[in-house]
Amino acid sequence: MYEGAVQDLIDELGRLPGVGPKSAQRIAFHLLAAESADVGRLVAALQRVQAEVRFCVTCYNVAEGEQCRICRDPRRSTDVICVVEEPKDVVAIERTREFRGRYHVLGGAISPIEGVGPDDLRVKELMTRLMDGTVTELIIATDPNLEGEATAAYLARLVGPLGLAVSRLASGLPVGGDLEYADEITLGRAFEGRRRIDA
Amino acid sequence: MSTTPKSLYRDEGVVLRTQKLGEADRIVTVLTRRHGKVRAVAKGVRRTKSKFGARLEPFSHVDLQLYTGRSLDVVSQAESIRSYGSVIAADYPAYTAGTAVLETADRLTAEEKEPSLRLFLLVVGALRALSDRTRPAGLVLDAFLLRAMSVAGWEPALGDCARCGTEGPHRHFSVPAGGSVCRECRPTGSAMPSPVTIEHLEALLSGDWERAEASENAQRREGSGLVAALLQWHLERGLRSLPLVDRSDVAPRREAGLLSEA
Repeated sequence: MYEGAVQDLIDELGRLPGVGPKSAQRIAFHLLAAESADVGRLVAALQRVQAEVRFCVTCYNVAEGEQCRICRDPRRSTDVICVVEEPKDVVAIERTREFRGRYHVLGGAISPIEGVGPDDLRVKELMTRLMDGTVTELIIATDPNLEGEATAAYLARLVGPLGLAVSRLASGLPVGGDLEYADEITLGRAFEGRRRIDA
Repeated sequence: MSTTPKSLYRDEGVVLRTQKLGEADRIVTVLTRRHGKVRAVAKGVRRTKSKFGARLEPFSHVDLQLYTGRSLDVVSQAESIRSYGSVIAADYPAYTAGTAVLETADRLTAEEKEPSLRLFLLVVGALRALSDRTRPAGLVLDAFLLRAMSVAGWEPALGDCARCGTEGPHRHFSVPAGGSVCRECRPTGSAMPSPVTIEHLEALLSGDWERAEASENAQRREGSGLVAALLQWHLERGLRSLPLVDRSDVAPRREAGLLSEA
C-alpha cells in the first residue's frame, strides 16, 4: 500500500477494463514522473469527453453536439441505413471505405440470458427513422455471433412488412487465411453464402 | 512451477453460456454428459484465428477435451457434434425459448461436476426439437421446464392433491404447494385454472404431443403462466430470459404480470 494520493490513483486506474493491479501501479508511477504539461493534457481530454461527448440524436453514435459527423454530412446517402451494435462498429465499417450511407447504433444485441430484450435497445428509434419512407435499404451489421444473429432475425421480421431491401453482412473465411484451419461452422456459412464469379 | 501431470478428460456437452475473460479468452459453461456442469476457460477463443472458432458458442453440442486447472478447467480441444445455434438464432421465438432452456439448465445444476445425465438428455432433446421446428417453440419450452423440474425433484402434482394425495383431478392449484390441491388442503390464494389447462400440462409432461398440440391458445397461455410461476417459486431468484420469451407464435401478451404474482 502506498500513501493517500498515489494509492487512490492506483485504485482508480485499476478499475479500468484490462488494467490489473500491476499495470495500474506502472501507469501511476509513469504519471508521477511525467511532465506536468503531459498530465494536464490527459486531464483536459478526460474532462472534455465527460462534458462534450453525447449520443447523436439521429443514429446514437457518439457525437460532439446534437448530431454526429456522419449524420451531418450531406454527401452521404440517406436511403441506406447500416445497423450496428456499438459505436466501435461504425469506426470499423468506416475504415473499409465501402459504405456511403448512414448508420444506426442499437447499443448492444438481444441477449435474454443477460436480461437484454428488444426494448432495451434502440429498436423503436430505428423504426421511427424507417417510417418516413426515405430509407429504401437496410443493412444489418450486427456481430456474427449468436446474439448478433438473433438480433438480425428479430429486426428482419420487424421491418419485413415495410417492404425495404434488407440484407445481412456475409460471413465466411477471413481474407488471407487457410481453408483447412477454418472451423466447420464458419466454412459451412462460407459455402452457404458463396457467390457466382462472372467470367 | 509444479510438475504434477495435468489430468485430462474427455466428455461431450452442450454450451450453456459464455462470459468474456480478459483480452481474448472466454469462460464457457458446459452441461456435459458424464461430468455434469463444468466451467472451463477457452483460451484465445475470441481471436479470429482461434482453433475453436465458432464451436464454443451457446447451443453447440460439442465433444471436448479438457484438463483440470487450479480453479477452472481448460478446454484443450473441441469438435462439433451438432451446432444448433445458427438455426435457432435465425428464428426469434426459438432463440428466446432456447435461451430460457439454457438458463434453466444452468440454474438447476447448482453444483459443478455433479453428473446430471437426465437433464443433459432433456436439454439436447429440447434443442433438437427447437432446431427441427416441427413443434411450436413455446410448447417445447414448457415441456422442457416441466420435465426439468421433475428431474430436479419438483415434479408438479397435476392429478392427485399435492398435499394429502387424495385422488384427483382437483379444481384448485397452488404454486407454493406444488400443483393441484384438493378442497380441504387448498391454501388461501390458490388459483382455479381451467381443467383443460391442467390436462394440457399433463400432456406436455408425459410427452403426449398429439394432445399438447391440439390445445387452444388460451390453454397454452394459462399453462405457460403456471409453469413459469412454479419454476420461479423453486428457483427463488427469477430467470432473466423467461419474461423475454417471444410467444408471438401463440398470441401477443405480457408474461411479466403473471410472473410477479407468483
